[in-house]
Amino acid sequence: MAGAGGDMQWCLSQAKGSLDDDVTEADIISTLEFNHTGELLATGDKGGRIVIFQQEIENKRQPQYRSEYNVYSTFQSHEPEFDYLKSLEIEEKINKIRWIPQKNAAHFLLSTNDKTIKLWKISERDKRPEGYNLKEEDGRYRDPSTVTSLRVPVFRPMDLMVEASPRKVFANAHTYHINSVSVNSDNETYLSADDLRINLWHLEITDRSFNIVDIKPANMEELTEVITAAEFHPHQCNTFVYSSSKGTIRMCDMRASALCDKHSKMFEEPEDPSNRSFFSEIISSISDVKFSHSGRYMMTRDYLSVKIWDLNMESKPVETYQVHEYLRSKLCSLYENDCIFDKFECCWNGNDSMVMTGSYNNFFRMFDRDHRWDVTLEASRENSKPFQVIKPRKVCAGGKRKKDEISVDSLDFNKKILHTAWHPQDSIIVVATTNNLYIFQDKMN
Amino acid sequence: RLANVPQSLLIEVEDKVISPEKAEEAKLKARYPNLGHKPGGSDLLRKRLQKGQKYFDSGDYNMAKAKIKNKQLPTAAPEKTEITGDHIPTPQDLPQRKPSLVASKLAG
Repeated sequence: MAGAGGDMQWCLSQAKGSLDDDVTEADIISTLEFNHTGELLATGDKGGRIVIFQQEIENKRQPQYRSEYNVYSTFQSHEPEFDYLKSLEIEEKINKIRWIPQKNAAHFLLSTNDKTIKLWKISERDKRPEGYNLKEEDGRYRDPSTVTSLRVPVFRPMDLMVEASPRKVFANAHTYHINSVSVNSDNETYLSADDLRINLWHLEITDRSFNIVDIKPANMEELTEVITAAEFHPHQCNTFVYSSSKGTIRMCDMRASALCDKHSKMFEEPEDPSNRSFFSEIISSISDVKFSHSGRYMMTRDYLSVKIWDLNMESKPVETYQVHEYLRSKLCSLYENDCIFDKFECCWNGNDSMVMTGSYNNFFRMFDRDHRWDVTLEASRENSKPFQVIKPRKVCAGGKRKKDEISVDSLDFNKKILHTAWHPQDSIIVVATTNNLYIFQDKMN
Repeated sequence: RLANVPQSLLIEVEDKVISPEKAEEAKLKARYPNLGHKPGGSDLLRKRLQKGQKYFDSGDYNMAKAKIKNKQLPTAAPEKTEITGDHIPTPQDLPQRKPSLVASKLAG
């Protein structure tokens, strides 16, 4: 992997998606996930469809073309439903995709909408049997009386076909809207979390699920917080965390009891009460939580910042990075246009030295933890030519705007980058704008 | 009393004394004086939990149809507003949800 963030030179490799200014709602990208090797990249959208891209292996040997990803498979994962009993419309939007670590030639992933999780198998077929005795090649049956000799059918190569089939459907376990799924390091179980509850499943068993966290109060009038994200520890199969709308993260140990309502650790940064405002709780709501690959740290994203927590210290984060502090003086309008409720995700690079998250105006931010360096970049076709190093951007918070800077009031709040992904082993990043995908690579001379 | 000073100038003065966040809060309270005091509390959360709720009761609808017989049923406003209360929603008011038949544009 490349060295310090400051040495990195990001170039646009590919931009995918419609060039139309008019965005079709179904095309809005709702989730993004690399598999464990980085060879496959899955995207989910509001229309319930999944598109999987595959890295071109031949190009991997030529560093400047290593980030070419082409469509591998696309399928309809979820469909819109209506729950007539509860008078509830169930969106087909894919909230999360998580890959299962690969055990054989086929690839498996979990995809979920608000209510139902599905296990999909994606397999390749590059041979087909030919030379049956009783069937023609087109499938019609032959008249047995015309068969005068016998032959042994053989497998012959065919054009590669990638098939996606739903292997398991995990339904009817969530009253509220599912926001997270996370596969356990034991490769046998996974958790699914909604606003108030977390369930534990076995990947092979669809008719049973164990409830492991329940924060629903007896009286809904007393509701003060909801679960916003949950994730299993990357190595400790008994440990998971869940974040809340009040800015806290609770770590639970499944060995302690069957119902993990009592946390083993609670991570919360104390707030200065004199600074408290109407917006304090809303902007402290955690929209994403991700463990580092090492398992020593976890990262949380709230509206204005990214925080890195040492799992051994609950009292405060070890690092805090401001994503777009200039928005603090715009909270009133951001509340009025609902942008204050936007859920940004965050991600680690392969060796946990850098983190990345999105912002508005199709900007995204990268922070180098070791060298205390950060940069703002833009995902835009107009401002980037393929293989040309993209220029850092700067937002002018107030006062005199320098040339090349953008003033806060000119930012387009409809151009949000909520989802980003970093290749697990290489300096390749993927950034999703509303309906387009941008793939960047570090030049690496 | 600063009666003749424009509102924007008043807020600028506040900016220097209190945090930008509190200034934004003052702006919001000025625009919405009836805003509750617990923003992160029950109301906001319950709205979040109720996402997707559509109101259509086939019993109500059929009874209303029977009562009104010759008259037209009151139709919903053309905009997509939350249908509750006295208005009886019709099946036409509920948006028809069908899965995407078109492939994702990301797939080329």
